[in-house]
Order: sequence, then structure tokens, then C-alpha cells
Amino acid sequence: MFGGIHALSNISLDVLPRQIVGIIGPNGAGKTTTFNVITGAYRPSMGEVRLDGKAVTTQPPHLIARAGISRTFQNIRLFGDMTVREHLLVAQAHRGFSPRRLLPTRWADPEAFRRTEEILEFLKLGDVKGRIARSLPYGVQRRVEIARAISARPRLLLLDEPVAGMSHNEADDIRGLILKLRAGGLSILLIEHDMSFVMNLCDYLYVLDFGVMIAQGRPEEIRTNPTVLDAYLGHGT
Amino acid sequence: MMSTYYAGLLADVGILLLGALSVYIILATGQLSLGNAGFMGIGAYLTSYLTVTKELPLTVALVIAAAASGAVGVMVGFPALRLKGIYLAMATLGFGEMVRSFFLNFDLMGGAGGFRGMHHVSLGYIWTWAAAISLSVAVLEHSQIWLELRAVRDDETAAALAGLDTTTIKVGSFGFAAAVAAIAGGLFAHHHVYIEPGNFGFERSIDFVLAVILGGSTIGAGALVGSLLLVMLPEYLRFLAEWRFTVFGALLIAMLLVRRQGILDRSLFSVSRLGRSA
Repeated sequence: MFGGIHALSNISLDVLPRQIVGIIGPNGAGKTTTFNVITGAYRPSMGEVRLDGKAVTTQPPHLIARAGISRTFQNIRLFGDMTVREHLLVAQAHRGFSPRRLLPTRWADPEAFRRTEEILEFLKLGDVKGRIARSLPYGVQRRVEIARAISARPRLLLLDEPVAGMSHNEADDIRGLILKLRAGGLSILLIEHDMSFVMNLCDYLYVLDFGVMIAQGRPEEIRTNPTVLDAYLGHGT
Repeated sequence: MMSTYYAGLLADVGILLLGALSVYIILATGQLSLGNAGFMGIGAYLTSYLTVTKELPLTVALVIAAAASGAVGVMVGFPALRLKGIYLAMATLGFGEMVRSFFLNFDLMGGAGGFRGMHHVSLGYIWTWAAAISLSVAVLEHSQIWLELRAVRDDETAAALAGLDTTTIKVGSFGFAAAVAAIAGGLFAHHHVYIEPGNFGFERSIDFVLAVILGGSTIGAGALVGSLLLVMLPEYLRFLAEWRFTVFGALLIAMLLVRRQGILDRSLFSVSRLGRSA
């Protein structure tokens, strides 16, 4: 709740292991807000967020992240002055008051260093690993965001409009990537406006409008749901 | 052998270098502190009290003063978390003035009349500290923890969501910086052998910031370049003595317009870092 306005009301969603779940709905429906609540950026006035049955609702964002929830952002939020490789390294950095943090990652955590190289290869970012994030083209920046999110080895990956502004081919690449991630054991929760992308990828969908869940189900069911069509047509999206 | 005059200048460079580094350390997390002279003042007075009244050796006194100042830094760092940009700058400015005004009224250590009785230390001693701390920062800049500092600076929210403890990083940077500034203060006190509250006011804090902005705000070595500039330039251009602030103000504006990051930046060092880890 924001000063009297119910941004989200009675939202309840589940993501099962190795499931790709989508949240769709018109602009302003509260999709990103849902992400913000899950990651701990917002504290809900009511309700819970549970990871593997354990409540994480009141934890600060960085602990929720370490517990296994990573996200990407609608407006890309990279570390402007850092290189691609540095993004991945910092997301895996040693925690706690260990003196190893005073060393470069190569020595402090060779595991992380090696994993970084793997992820760079996996996401075809090997060529740009030394480039400053700010200087990269849009599509590459999106991949870097995803790379950063997965380098922290999450169990649940939240993708906020991962293919926004992408060409059909680029979106297809992302789709393939998400499937590969799922095969690797990740659960994915994504927000998207691109209907064909969502319909062809998600196992399950939740539809939001004005902060309320108006429908949920498998893509085939949602596709023909009159309430959903109404919400979209009504908003002219 | 070096003339006393030049020795004095180099001592000033070393002391300013430490003060500039204290600003740089905090700036590395994206926070601008305009009150680091306050930490310098705490270091100066506490060190002097310990050597003159308690007759402790200078090195011990410096370490104690640094720790105490570091604790104050942490205390300042917490409320600083709630402030951003200009509001943070104003609050730190307020802190600096608070410290200066405290010592102005603190008659036990001379108040407005200042404090004297410290012994004089050699240029070598001052630069041992300056070099040791500078090198520590230079090494630290390649560490994991420095990556985290930079991430917090670039996007604090994204950093938190990537698992970084932004609170400890930001507060810790204030603590570390305060300790470094305190060393600068202690060395200042034992170089000039007389201190007064006016030595640790806003102008001093601005000197620190100026050195970092001009010399290079994204790399520790920038503090050295900036310190040399601020101390040596007026010597070579004598007529600047009275126009010091005008010239440096103009230089500051010019630098921010033409080369925002200052004289030195990371890319100038990247050739030597080919093949090294990030």
C-alpha cells in the first residue's frame, strides 16, 4: 500500500522448481511492484514471501538476494563504470568479514573467477568482457544484466521485461537462453508485454490488472479468457 | 640535503595527500563528504593530547587517534545512509563545522588560543605514513571489496539486489576515511607543532575535495597528483598567492567541464593491467 492506494491486493502466486511462470497485464497493473515486494525492495503491508517454505518477507534486499532470488530490471540497471566481467565478479563476491575480500577475486575466490568465465561463454559475452557496461549496445546490456543475475547462483530468477525493445531474432535467443537456464535447474518468473513470447515460453501465467489478480492458468486458457481480453482491450494496450 | 622550506612543502603534500585520500575513500562509494577536516581535527587534537599530556610515543598516539576517529566516522556514516547528494554534502559540512566549533570552545586544549607543545617530526616520518597508506589504498583498489564499493557507487539499489551489504560498505568507508584523515591531523599537529581550531575548518575540507576532483576522482593516485598540484602550483606561480581561491575555483570549473574525472583516471592505467584480473 502506498499512502492509501492499494498497489497490490490479494496477490498470490507460486513458482515451482524448474517452472517458467509469467506475469502479464496492462501497464501500471502492478507487475514490477510484485517483483519489488518479492526482492525486498518494498515491504508489503500484508502477506508473505516464502522461498522454499521459509519466510523472507522482512529481510533486507541483499539477504534475499543471497538466499537465492535474483532479478533483472525493466530499465536496465548496470554498474555504468564497471566492466562486464566485474559485474559478474561482484555479484559473487565473498560475503562476511573475511580478510579474503581484501584480495583480488582471482586469488580470493578462484571458483568464482572460473564460474565467471563460464557464464561469459554461456551468454556469448566473451568478446565484451573487458568493456565498460555503459559503452555496450542495448541487446548486449540486457544479456549482461541476465549474466549478473545468474552469476549469484539464484534458485529463482526474476526477469522484468527481458525482451523489451528487441528484434524477433534477439527475443528468440533470449527464449532459448531461458529454456537452457530452466534445464540447468533454475525457476523463472518473468514479466513481459510481448504476448507471443510469453505464450510460447511460460508453463503458467498470472494476469494482473489494477493491482489485482484477474486470472491465472496455462497459456492456452489465458489466451481465450474473456476477462483478460477485456482488461487489455479496455486499456488499449 | 633539502632546504627546510622545501621540506615543509613536501610535508604539506604528504598531509594533504592523506586528507585527499580520506575524501576519495568515501567518494568511491558515491558519497561526497565536505567535512573530513573534522576527522582531521579530531586526530590532531587527540594525538597531541596523547603525546604532550600522556607522553605516549607518536606512533602509538596516531594509531589510537585513528581508531577513535574511525569510530566517530562510523557514527557519522549511519545517519549519512539516509541522505543523498547535496543533502549528504550539507550534513557532512555541518559535521565539520561542529567539530571545529567544539574545539573552539574546548578550553582544556586551548580553545581559540590553540594548543602547542608537540614535538617536531621529520619529513621521513610523515612520508612513511603517507606512503604506507597510499600503497594500502592502491592495493585495496584491486580487491573484491573495492569492486563492491564501485558497484554501490554506480547503482546502490542494483548492488543491494545483487547481494551486496550496502550499509556496511557505506558506513565502513566513512570509518576507514575518518581514520586516514585522523592520521593526517596527527602528522599536521607534529609538523607545525601548534594547532588551532581554524586549521580544521571548511577550507581544509574543501582542499581535500579539490585535490581529489582535480587530481582524479576515480583512482587513488589522483589524490597524489591533486595534492602536488595544490601545494606546488602556488609556489611556482607566486603571484597566485593572493588569488589562490580564484584560480583554483576556475581550475575546478574548467576541469569539471573538460574532463570530469580529473587528471588521472583508470583507463590511463589499463595498459599496465592487461591480463590482470578485474
